Amino acid sequence: MDLVNAIILLLNYIFVPALAYGSQLALGAIFVTLIYGILRFANFATGDMMSFGTMFTILFTWYFQSLGISLGVLPTALLAIPFAIIFMIGYMLLIDKFVFKYYRVNKSPPVQLAMVSIGVMFVTQAVVRIIIGPSDRRFFDGEKFIIKAGEFKEMTGLNEGLAIKSTQVLTIIVTMALVSALFWFLNKTKTGKSMRAYSDNEDLALLSGIDPKKIVMITWIIAGILATIGGALYGLDKSFKPFTYFNNMLPIFAAAIVGGIGNPFGAFLGGYVIAFSEILLTYAYRKFFMYVLPETMEPDGLVQLLSTDYKFAVSFSILVIVLLYRPSGIFKGKIL
Amino acid sequence: MRKNLNVIAAYSIMMGLIILVGIFQSWNIALSIFNLCLISAVMTMGANIQWGYAGLINFGIMGYTALGGLAAVLISVNPVQEAWSAGGSNILFSLFLIIGMVVAVRYVLKKYENSKIRTYIIATIIILGIITIRFVSEPGIEAIEEVDPAKTGFLGGLGLPIIFSWIVGALFAGGLAFVIGKVALGLRADYLAIATLLISEIVIAIIKHEDWLTRGVKNVIGLKRPAPYEVNLQQTDWFINLVEKFKSSKLNLISDITERQAALNQFVIEGSSVFVKLCYSGLFLVVVIILLILTQKALYSPWGRMMRAIRDNEEAANAMGKNVVKQHLLIFVLGSAIVGIAGAMLVTQDGLFTPGSYRPMRYTFLIWVMVIVGGSGNNFGAILGGFAVWFLWIEAAPIGLYLVNLTTAGLDDTHFLKVHLIESVPYFRFLMMGIGLLLIMRYRPKGILPEKIEIK
Repeated sequence: MDLVNAIILLLNYIFVPALAYGSQLALGAIFVTLIYGILRFANFATGDMMSFGTMFTILFTWYFQSLGISLGVLPTALLAIPFAIIFMIGYMLLIDKFVFKYYRVNKSPPVQLAMVSIGVMFVTQAVVRIIIGPSDRRFFDGEKFIIKAGEFKEMTGLNEGLAIKSTQVLTIIVTMALVSALFWFLNKTKTGKSMRAYSDNEDLALLSGIDPKKIVMITWIIAGILATIGGALYGLDKSFKPFTYFNNMLPIFAAAIVGGIGNPFGAFLGGYVIAFSEILLTYAYRKFFMYVLPETMEPDGLVQLLSTDYKFAVSFSILVIVLLYRPSGIFKGKIL
Repeated sequence: MRKNLNVIAAYSIMMGLIILVGIFQSWNIALSIFNLCLISAVMTMGANIQWGYAGLINFGIMGYTALGGLAAVLISVNPVQEAWSAGGSNILFSLFLIIGMVVAVRYVLKKYENSKIRTYIIATIIILGIITIRFVSEPGIEAIEEVDPAKTGFLGGLGLPIIFSWIVGALFAGGLAFVIGKVALGLRADYLAIATLLISEIVIAIIKHEDWLTRGVKNVIGLKRPAPYEVNLQQTDWFINLVEKFKSSKLNLISDITERQAALNQFVIEGSSVFVKLCYSGLFLVVVIILLILTQKALYSPWGRMMRAIRDNEEAANAMGKNVVKQHLLIFVLGSAIVGIAGAMLVTQDGLFTPGSYRPMRYTFLIWVMVIVGGSGNNFGAILGGFAVWFLWIEAAPIGLYLVNLTTAGLDDTHFLKVHLIESVPYFRFLMMGIGLLLIMRYRPKGILPEKIEIK
């Protein structure tokens, strides 16, 4: 019985939250990796682009709520996301036309494009803060829990409760659906294949008659979809605050590089690697050992490897180690 | 003279703007802008050495700034005797353990060939080391943090004059840069950017949460000053006489004695804070001028030529027998050390150390905007960038407010759009920075004062 309790404990505090957080990071990491693989620059505006998409989701959610439209148990935001995506794609294409295109056509070095993306970051951040303000916003409505801890305890008669938030399940389902669709697109369709070819070897791809303008446009469209959904899911699960989104850029970068930059599947797994290591290393295992070990060996301290303050530092340390020992990432991306 | 006309013109405009602020807003504001401009200029000189001279991207400026600030705390605060006796020995022992760990790792690295076994040995040493250090330091840290947590709760510093921290800050930042450079300099440019950005976040995380060393988010306030205190000044005779002399024309207009005295008091209070700021300005100006002379000398020296050669064509420089790796490391350390000085100066001026205030927007990306806008590779350009961008950063709110009022003049004062826009005026600075950066990158990619190298 104690063993079951211990497993439920880990599921409740580590596995489920890490899976949800990892999915949110994974979407962002695929976004970063696509831009890097196809447009060939490190996009420092990642976090702010995600907050931009989320902002539109929130605005549409409010609008629908004011009209009295809702999805019952599901959050209204789900209905708002498609509309937000349209605006987001428009914004992305607009930025590309007025900012990035010039440097791409001139074949500027990647560093210059990265600098330009910092300019975009400043502007996007300003626009988000001017439109919706810098404060914390929750836009979740509908049913909050799928299983509540108390109900679970009653059902199974265990000591430990398992609480599953509906946003966590929603995040995981949406991520899986989106990522499968994306991989199907990249691997099976002609456009997807030409995108991969372009990312692999630009000159060769151009020689074989691939239209770069189309590739770039489709990349921005996919990026817009990923950024909006990733941002909205994070906002639903936690809350929306522009500054947090800006900071999320860092673990997202870490995930993309750990997975091997330019490799979407690596980025997807990288998100989970980062999320799980962050939570595994900062969780206090005291209660777990109390269940597993006999009473005489119970630990005194919290049995915490690192304090939760170092959550971000964990992912960055992983990144540094990966960069040192396997510069192409765990799943073989582009060679750095 | 002719050649430098644009430099002189740009600087005159800049000084003119600051003087205008002094006349129209107040001299206090103008001087505080000027002081921060000088600190920004030191930071941009550091970043410019790395980016402009050598083409190295360093997005870790925030980390070095914070380390410089930490140096200011560790140098100037008086040591907390109780804390030292409570947990000092544990901390010192942990320090020895860390040194031992590093030595052991180095020994293994030298002794064994590169192999899997070596990696495992190193990993074991590090993991075992970290566990022992935690066991040793934990009771010490707890004891230290329990010593009067409302006021101290940390080890304190050395109790020396705070000016020394400017040098120590440079050493700290340079030391960190040496370690980072060893690890990360082999990476390609944009990876180096990401890696340094992440490492600087780790530095901030450590400074924020190691309370025994830095007091963390509880902040350290009331640091020593290199300049006199306003309150003391207001009671010294020579200062009151000075103010009286300065303001005599205005004071003579008032005939009533008590009113005259009240006006004088008011002038003395205003004057004291201006005087303190002037003291800082003098100190900072000395640092800026010394650094400017040194960096200019370096830029035109054979070493500077070599750096430019490495920047423009690494392979060719390598083929000519220049040690690119070593030079990159050297310039990385030098630039970071300069940023460290700026970090210590900043804390000196504020008189307080707030780890929570170090954010990448303000301390990394803004500095980069300064370098790019001012003109990378040109020291005068970088300094001008520091001045211009900081000036805009501060004055963006008033300008934004003015623009909002202008564009929404037709609307009612309570109109929701107008109210909303006026509330969001503080964020117009981000917009201005972003648009400024994008415009400069597009139409003047070399910055306001572009790099101009003449062979003498």
